Amino acid sequence: MALKRFVVGCFDDEDVLFPAVKKVRNAGYKIHDIYTPFPVHGLDHAMGLRETSLHTAGFIYGITGTTTALASMGWIFTRDWPMNIGGKPNFPLPAFIPITFELTVLFAAVGMVITFLYICQMGPFVKKHHFHPRATDDLFVMVIECNERTNVNDLKGFLQSAGAVEVDYQVAESGWWLGRYDQEQKLYAEEPAVV
Amino acid sequence: MASLREQFEVTGTMRTWSMGLMGVGILAFIIGLITMGFSNDVHEQAIFWGTVLYNSIFFLLVANASMFFICVTTLAHGGWQVAFRRIPEAISAVVPVFGLIAIFVLFYCVFGLNHGDHHPVFHWMTPGNDPLLLEKQGFLNATFFVVWTLLSVGLWWYLGMRMRKLSAETDKPMDLEQGRKWVWNNTVMASLFLVWFALTVGSTVPWLWIMSIDAHWYSTMFSWYTFASSFVSGMALIALWIIYMKNRGYLEYTTSEHLHDVGKFMFAFSIFWTYLWFSQYMLIWYANIPEETIYFKHRVDGPWSGIFYLNLIINFVCPVLLLMKRGAKRNYTVMTFMAVLIIFGHWIDFNQMVMGSISKEHVPLGWLDFGILALFAGMIIFFVGRNLAKAPLVAKYHPFLKESIIHHT
Repeated sequence: MALKRFVVGCFDDEDVLFPAVKKVRNAGYKIHDIYTPFPVHGLDHAMGLRETSLHTAGFIYGITGTTTALASMGWIFTRDWPMNIGGKPNFPLPAFIPITFELTVLFAAVGMVITFLYICQMGPFVKKHHFHPRATDDLFVMVIECNERTNVNDLKGFLQSAGAVEVDYQVAESGWWLGRYDQEQKLYAEEPAVV
Repeated sequence: MASLREQFEVTGTMRTWSMGLMGVGILAFIIGLITMGFSNDVHEQAIFWGTVLYNSIFFLLVANASMFFICVTTLAHGGWQVAFRRIPEAISAVVPVFGLIAIFVLFYCVFGLNHGDHHPVFHWMTPGNDPLLLEKQGFLNATFFVVWTLLSVGLWWYLGMRMRKLSAETDKPMDLEQGRKWVWNNTVMASLFLVWFALTVGSTVPWLWIMSIDAHWYSTMFSWYTFASSFVSGMALIALWIIYMKNRGYLEYTTSEHLHDVGKFMFAFSIFWTYLWFSQYMLIWYANIPEETIYFKHRVDGPWSGIFYLNLIINFVCPVLLLMKRGAKRNYTVMTFMAVLIIFGHWIDFNQMVMGSISKEHVPLGWLDFGILALFAGMIIFFVGRNLAKAPLVAKYHPFLKESIIHHT
């Protein structure tokens, strides 16, 4: 992955954040991400993110579970090892429904969690750059990715005028890495703004 | 929001439709009464009164489900429903009318069809020396039936009326002290209704009114299964009225966000219904005890098998597949179609619950069923429309109104 340049603006109020997001997008800047202490309703729409496909993935995992359960039980009890249980048929559908249901839920739930972790690049030992520690406490941290034409000082001023309480400039790893935060401090380094 | 249309007015089309449907229904009732109700054949009489019985119970429970919805959301401090709350209120105000009809039909079925030595609908009225029926007489006897039926419908009506009165108070501004008192009263009244609802619809009433037609058979799941049926149809009915009002330009504050949540209720409780249906079916199927399987024997294998599987397809497969997507719950056409389908499906469900026990050899589904259905549909249009016109459509000073306006799913 590559090092990228970011301008970070911190907001302490949702009511300031939403107009700021609108202003930043209208001005043509590219929002890398917004880190919030809690889920903010409607922020995804304000940022113009597309609808998630996680539920479609969940549906596919679910029917995979249904098929797995029915196919395996059907094969076991009709081909592999047919048994007479209480005089019921070898393929007793009502008796299979609870297990089919459980496997559907299990496949859907586990599959969706793993997909979610993959999409968000999270997982055990997976580390990503933290733009501001207070994003987990009380600040809404808006991170704007700079390109070669971005005037960092202008952008900082722009964010301040939009209501940011703290503004800084960071050069950071944009992807994830495996490791420990205490040994990767160099990545959380501030560089003087390029004028 | 240029003009907030606060007051609903009953339109001419609505009046024509409701009168037309009620006319068809009354005609069907009279023809049925003459050809079947007064017939010398006891079985014909039972089929006629059974048809009227399941229709009146079904629509009474569906109307009452609206008040259940109001009380549950009140007690859960849910604010999202306030924007369209006057719709379930107007639907639940039909309870006294449908309740009187149901009481009359039930009492006629219990006492009017009693032939001394046998009873074509409620066998427990004439236990003879049947040991099982004699054992059950503590619950299944005429006195308890009358008292409990009157008490159930009476308290649904009374507590529902108190809830609607409290809601009417939110049309006027209140000071802090009055507001606190209002919240307290509202909470207490909603809790009382829910407790009574659990004691009646959640347990005893379906046992007494419907399950006792198979006097020898019993299932503890039965009441919950009936409740799920009536609640999901109740939500479908609320959805239909919301869509109708939106199409007529009322309810500016109710958006697709609210419809989405009503759709979620329809989706979730369709699955809940299936869960209860299956829990009842699978235990009986698995244990395979004759005194329990007798209920399903002619429904699964016999003449009722068509309706048995149709019931599952309409009430489970269709909602799961068609209501699952987010867009479907926000689309008026899909929601209207699904709401009608769900109400029809659970009407069919009540049909097989009652008629499947009265007429085991053949399925009497025909013109009479649809005629009585038209009668009740007409009455719903007529009475709910009239009730809606009585009060402003939005409770302007309800404490949760703002929460409902900015509701976002």
